[in-house]
Order: sequence, then C-alpha cells, then structure tokens
Amino acid sequence: MLISQIIVHVVLLLVMPPLLLGVIGKTKALFGGRVGPPLFQAFFDLIKLFQKGSVISSTTTWVFRAGPVVGLATAILAGLFIPFGGHASPVSFSGDLILFAYLFALGRFFTASAALDTGSAFEGMGAAREVTFSCLAEPALFFGFLVLAKLSGSLSLTAMLDGPMPNSWGAAGASLVLVAASLFIVLLVENSRIPFDDPNTHLELTMIHEVMVLDHSGPALGMILYGAAMKLFVMCALLLRIVAPFDSGNIWVDWGIFAVGMLALAMVIGVVESIMARFKLTFVPTFLVAACLLSAFGIILLLR
Amino acid sequence: MTILLIAVAILIGSGVATLVVCGNTRLTTLFGAGGILIGSVVGLMPSVASLLDGKVESFEFPWRIPGGSLHVQIDPLSAFFLIPVLALSALAAVYGSDYLRSYSSTKRIAPHWFFLSIFVASMVLVVVARNAVLFLVAWEVMSICAFFLVTFEHEKREVRVAGWIYLVATHLGAAFLLAMFLLLGRHANSLDFDLFGVAGSLSPAVCGIVFVLALIGFGAKAGFVPMHVWLPEAHPAAPSHVSALMSGVMIKIGIYGILRTMTFLGHPAQWWGPTLVAIGLTGGLLGISLALVQRDLKRALAYSSIENIGLITLALGVGLWGITSGHTIVAVLGLTGGMLHIWNHSLMKGLMFLCSGSVLHGAGSKNLERLGGLLKRMPRTGVTMVVGALAIAAVPPLNGFVSEWLIYMAMLHGGLEFTGVNRIVLLFAVGGLALIGGLALICFVRLIGITLLGEGRCDQARHAHESAGWMTAPLVILALLCVAFAVVPGILVAAISNPIHQVFGLSTDMALPSLTTLGTLNIVVWISIGAVALLLLIMQKRSKLVAGSTWGCGYIAPTPRMQYTGQSFSEFVVSRLFPRSLRPKTSVTIPQGLFPVEASLSAEYNDPLSRSIYRPFFDRWAGRLAQLRWVQQGKIHYYLLYFVVVLLLAFFWLTFRKWVLS
Repeated sequence: MLISQIIVHVVLLLVMPPLLLGVIGKTKALFGGRVGPPLFQAFFDLIKLFQKGSVISSTTTWVFRAGPVVGLATAILAGLFIPFGGHASPVSFSGDLILFAYLFALGRFFTASAALDTGSAFEGMGAAREVTFSCLAEPALFFGFLVLAKLSGSLSLTAMLDGPMPNSWGAAGASLVLVAASLFIVLLVENSRIPFDDPNTHLELTMIHEVMVLDHSGPALGMILYGAAMKLFVMCALLLRIVAPFDSGNIWVDWGIFAVGMLALAMVIGVVESIMARFKLTFVPTFLVAACLLSAFGIILLLR
Repeated sequence: MTILLIAVAILIGSGVATLVVCGNTRLTTLFGAGGILIGSVVGLMPSVASLLDGKVESFEFPWRIPGGSLHVQIDPLSAFFLIPVLALSALAAVYGSDYLRSYSSTKRIAPHWFFLSIFVASMVLVVVARNAVLFLVAWEVMSICAFFLVTFEHEKREVRVAGWIYLVATHLGAAFLLAMFLLLGRHANSLDFDLFGVAGSLSPAVCGIVFVLALIGFGAKAGFVPMHVWLPEAHPAAPSHVSALMSGVMIKIGIYGILRTMTFLGHPAQWWGPTLVAIGLTGGLLGISLALVQRDLKRALAYSSIENIGLITLALGVGLWGITSGHTIVAVLGLTGGMLHIWNHSLMKGLMFLCSGSVLHGAGSKNLERLGGLLKRMPRTGVTMVVGALAIAAVPPLNGFVSEWLIYMAMLHGGLEFTGVNRIVLLFAVGGLALIGGLALICFVRLIGITLLGEGRCDQARHAHESAGWMTAPLVILALLCVAFAVVPGILVAAISNPIHQVFGLSTDMALPSLTTLGTLNIVVWISIGAVALLLLIMQKRSKLVAGSTWGCGYIAPTPRMQYTGQSFSEFVVSRLFPRSLRPKTSVTIPQGLFPVEASLSAEYNDPLSRSIYRPFFDRWAGRLAQLRWVQQGKIHYYLLYFVVVLLLAFFWLTFRKWVLS
C-alpha cells in the first residue's frame, strides 16, 4: 500500500466527518423549506468550541474528562481499520473486525462512565439507554460481519470489503440486502439518528446520546461532537462499501467515488430523518432484535 | 519437585505456627501472612521452570492406605495452574494481613490464618497429586478449609447459611468425583494417575461416563450452571481476600480437574466439544445477566465469575470441537484462548474482589445503593478497580480483550471452516458471545459508575478513607499485570504452549503472529488515548476553566439521593430483554388515596435456580427425611446395636453371596 494512499485515507478520516453533519442538516432544511445552516457549520462549531473556556462540575473526576478523549481516540483508531472505497485500510490483520467492534465498546465504556460521573439522574438515564441499545447492536454487527467473512473467506475487514465485494452481489445478493438493512439500523441507532434518537431534541428526558454529554463544555464538547461525527463517518464507510462496491480501476477516481458516495449516504440519512417520526423509546430494542434477525437470516441464506 | 514440597511444608508449618502463637495478634499475622508469602514465592520458582522447560519431575512415597501412595508430580499442566494459585495467594496474604486488622480486637484470627495456609497448601497438593486417594484427600481438605474461611464471620446468620450451601454443593460434587475415580481405578486396576493414562483401552462408553462424571464433579467446583448456586452465596460472605482466592483460583481448580481427566481419556469424543460449548454459553449468558441485577458488589462479581468460567468452558469446547473435526486452527485458537483466559481471569477477578474488600473497608458497605463517589476518596482503589472493570468487560487495550479475541477468532474460523449443522451452531454462538460482551459492558459500567463515580449515597461513603499501603499494593501489582498481559500476549502464549501441547498435542505457533500484532495495537491504543488526552489538556489550559455544579435542569437543590441508582441503571435492560424468571422478585405496595400513608418496595435477589428448583426440592426432602429421625436416639447403646447389625449383615452377605447369586 502506497504511502500516499495512507495519507489520503487519514486526511479524509480527519476532515470529512463534520461535512456529513452539514449535508444531513442541509437535507433536513430542504425538506423543511428552510435555508438551513451552512454546509460547513459543524467545522465552525468545532473551531469555536475548541477555543472556548469550560465549566466542569465539582462532582466529577478524571473519568469525566476521559469520556470525550477515549470516545474520539477510539473513533479515529476504528477508522484506520475500515477500507475507504476500494482501497486497503492503513491497518489490517486477520481478526481486526473484533478489534473494530470492541474499540467502539471501549469508547462507550468511558462515555457512559463519564455520564455517571456527573451524578446527574438525566445523564445516568442516558448512559443506561446507550449501553442497553449497544448490547443489542453488537450481535447484529457481528452477524453482519459473519456474512461478509463467509463471502470472502477472510477475517480482516480490508479483505472482506475490498476484493470480492462486487462479485458477491451476484452470488449472494439476498444476504447482502439483509445485511445492509441490518447495518443501516445499527448505524442509525449507534449514531443517535431519527427515528431512534433525535440529536436536536430539547427535552432531556427523551434523549439518549445527547443527555449523556449535557455537562461537557468547551474543547471537551468539541471532542465529543467530532468523535460522534467520526463514528458516523466510519460506519457510513462500512455500509457504503457494501451497498455500492464500485471499482473503476483508477485509484484516484475511486477516492472520488467514495467521497461522492459518502455525501449521498449522508443525504439518505437526512431524508430518513426528515420523513420519519421518532419511535417510542421502548420500540428501539425491538428494532435492534429485528436487525439481529435480519443479519442472522442473511447467514442462513448463505449456508443453505 | 523438592523445592515445591519445601514450599508446601512452609505453608503447613506456618499455618500450625499461627495456632501456637494464637494469643499474640501481631505474631499470628506475621507467621500467617509471612508464611504464605514465603511459601508461595518458593513454590513459584519450580513452577515457572517446569512451565517453560516442559520438565516433568515426580516424587513417590508409599502410604499405608489401601490404593494410596504419596505420588506427586509437577508437569507443565500442573505448573500452569500452580503459578496463579501461588502468585494470587501471596498477594492475598499480604492484603489479608491488613484487612483482618479491623477484626483482630473482636475475633481470633489465628484459626483464619491456619485455614488459609492449609487452603493454599491443599490447592498446591490437588494440582500435583498423581494418586486418586491423595487427590481426593487434598480436594476434601481444600473444600473444608474454604468452608471455614467462608464462615469467618459465623456470628452472622447469612454467613452460616452461605457456608452451609457451599458445603453441600461441594460435597455433592465430591461424590461424583469419587465415583469417577472408582470407575477409572477399576479399569486400570490401580488408583495411580500414571496407569489411568494408559486407559486407551477404555471403551468409548466408559470414557463418556467418566467425562460426564468429571463435568458434574469438577463443574460443581468450577461453577457450571446449574451447579453454580453456591458461588453467589459464598463469595459475598467470605472475607475479600478469601473471595479473591476462591474466585481467582479455586474455581479454576475445577477446570484443572477436567483437563487432567482428559489426559486419561485419550482422543476426545465427537460430542464433548459441543457439550462444553453449550455449558459455556449457558453459563456465560446466565451469569452475566444475573450479575447485572445484583445490588451487592461482591455478589455481582461472583456472578461475573460464573460468566467467565462459562467463557473458559466455551473456548475449551470450541477447541475440542476443532480437534475432533480436524480443524487445527480452530483447536489451537480455542484452547489457547481458554487457557489464557484462565490466567487473565485470575488476575482481574482477584483484583476486583480485593478492590471490593477495600471498598467495604473504606466505605463500610458493599451495597451499591449506599456507595458512590469513592474514586475521589479512595484514588488508588478506584483507579485499579477501573482497570479491573475494563479488563473484565473485555475491552481493548487490556488483557481480558486478548483472550476474548482468541475465543472469537476460534469461533469465526470454525464458522467459516466447519460444515453442516456444526457451522450454523458456531455462527450463532458468535452472536451469543457478542451479547455476553455487550451485557458485560453494561454490568461493569454499572459497577464502577455506581460505586466509584458521582456522589456518595450515604454518609459513610461520603467520608470513606483510602486503605493502607499493604492493602493497595497488591491492587496496584494486579492492575499493572492486567495492563502488561495485554501488551505481550505473544510471549504469554509461548509460555503456555507446553501445557497445551501436553494435554492436546497441539502447537500454539499458529496463534502467535496475529497475537503479536494485537499486542502492538494495544500499545497503539494506549498511545493514541494519551495523545488525545494531551490535546484536551493543552486546549483546556489555553482557555478558562471554571468549576461549577452539575446541570440539574434548573433545579437548584439537588441531593445525592437523586442520582441514578444501580437498580435504575439496569432497569431498562432487565425489563426489556430479560425473561421474567431472571428478574429480581419485587413486591410493591403502591400508595393509594388522597393522603397516602403506606408505600413500600422490596426486592429479592436470590438465584432464580435456587429459588425455583433447589429450595423446593431440598425443602421437600428435608421434610421426608425428618421422619427418619427416630434412628438418631442419641444413646450410645443404640449406636453399638447399629454397628452389630451392620457387621452381621456384612458377614451374612459374604458367606451366602454365592448361594444367593446363583
């Protein structure tokens, strides 16, 4: 793998995530008949937050500060395992899919602990919801990976998503449709999107992810926003490679296809957020079980 | 071998010495803790040597008991278990020397030290015994010492009940072991393990029976579901360093027993692997689900031990499955993962139980709903407990993740390479393992979040104090080992390759390359977290930092009682995902009317299996057997009469046996 490809990968990983938030915001504004915030609003927010002072609750300990730090660090690391477009990822070894899933678990451990560290009932509630949903999202993710591993005969994310993907659609299209649907549900839940959670809601009681980070401010809040955007980016990249495995042959054109694809996927999320209402909180586990079953059925279709 | 026997002698000698000086608390502690420390360190040397070199040394001495001989032997498999036993015992003894100080004014602590020394010595003997009689004697001594250690605070009723449940469970298990050894002994015509070894002559049916007996007998000690009920009772009742030893190493001796039995039985049968996988998955799911609802810190940890024993069993099962189906890579990964998890779990569960003892010591409670905010008051205990929780929750970059990664890899490889139904079963087991991982995360976020973070929920917790250096030093050592084990998994697996080769005839080389990568990546995770943390510190330094109070949604007088509790934290997952039988049994009186007076809520956290199966069963039989009480008259001539009757019956049977049978 060329050093230039690694640089492009890392630069895209670091720079592009906030843009997805902008695209989602614009799409929603379009549906609402508004002009909406500028496309690069998330960048402006981040720059501003990184310069701001912070208020830190006197109840908290170092765990509170570790939340944003670990959340961001794990999202960046996870991004290094996913191949973007048709390119190999910077880091890849047999079994990296497990590390990928568990890096997010590490991030969640500290985000939820940081929430409990404030001693606020709201944040404890958010933490409880977050970990509960994620514990169901994990089997769904693993079942999805299993289908991909089976199709490629490999246990590294690069090999699973890179080479055989275009051919796999011909061989096992039905399984891949199921996996894509399941991963889309996981993506929406894990990144607190409508219809499962609303990042813009204003009432603490109804929040999931946002309520956990109520007490963070300044650079720490910036890191949380950035980390969340990056998580969205990484999971979108995973899903994109499954639903649109196009290889042009030219590596630079492939990067272009990837970038455009990511923006298109962000628009799809924006559309989903615009045309759907939020589900009742208690329905979310049901949907996650459904996601597990979809992927599991995908496996069965492969094995028949 | 001689050095190991010297270590055992030191342990026994120091135990007896504590009884001699029982009047003097300081001398007792010195002899007790010092003896265990020295004995363990002495014993560690030959163990490490044997593990690394693969050397086998034995020692045999005739014993005037029918079928018995003092045959002991150290081989890589024994050494593999001796190392955690001795290392954790040494740390637990140091910890205990300070932990028991608060009891020394009200209780005699000499018997405790005596039983602790003998307990450690008997665990060593169980692992090196090569004769069934010697093994069973050491096994019984170990179980009975553990009973006396558990019932240290025997003036409390719940402690006595816990000790009783443990005693019954362990003896039911021992009965199966007795049967197993008799069966093996009958076929080998000897009770020596070396002669069991040539039992390639055993028919598959006998092998199967022996295997099942071993699963039940050793499984009762290890905490296989459904024989796990004693764990959540005995662990909270015991002093914390004893819980650490019991959970960290004693239950692993059960796994040792199963592995040792396998060396007698030759090539594993087809059904062993799937059976172990089923046992492991059940134990894992049930254990972690129940850990999630407990409000007693140590009870939750005990259930987590059931989960981890489940994971170990699952891994060994997948490994055996790989052997019988001829997929070496699956076998190597599964067995390596299982064995590595035995060591890892000794470290992290030892650490967590010692931490919980420190919490109990400093904050005066192990009830989650009374704790909180201890990280600020007890920084060393707190930080090490966070490390332990991360390790058990199996997240990178700690040691628990490494072994869980190996188990995942074994199952994924199995899922890809197996054929037919086997493949489907393993693929779905991957989902089960992922669910266990997710639930473990909830459980340990809850444990540290409610115990260490936020505000103290009662006065004692708000004024908690850090434990003394003798108690926190073992914590720090264990936490550092948890970190170190994750960084060098390659070296560790190379170190444990000898026992795996000895029992299963496989080389672990296949697992090494990717493990080295994993170890390096664990370092990368540490470095990148450090780098981002530095970034945050720099940014916060450049701008203004104000201390405020937690956002209360506009409410200006929040109290610690308004925090999320342990019960509320797990309520969502319990009410949405768990079957009714796993939920705590609650009874509520809802306030009624315009001026409600009465309202109450009570919850029972009994084990669902003991609540719905064991207790009704034992209650019924206790009632029936009570009718036989007239046998016990308490007068000596009745008992003499019983003797005579039994002797006469035996005499008649011997005389007329041939006549009756023909």
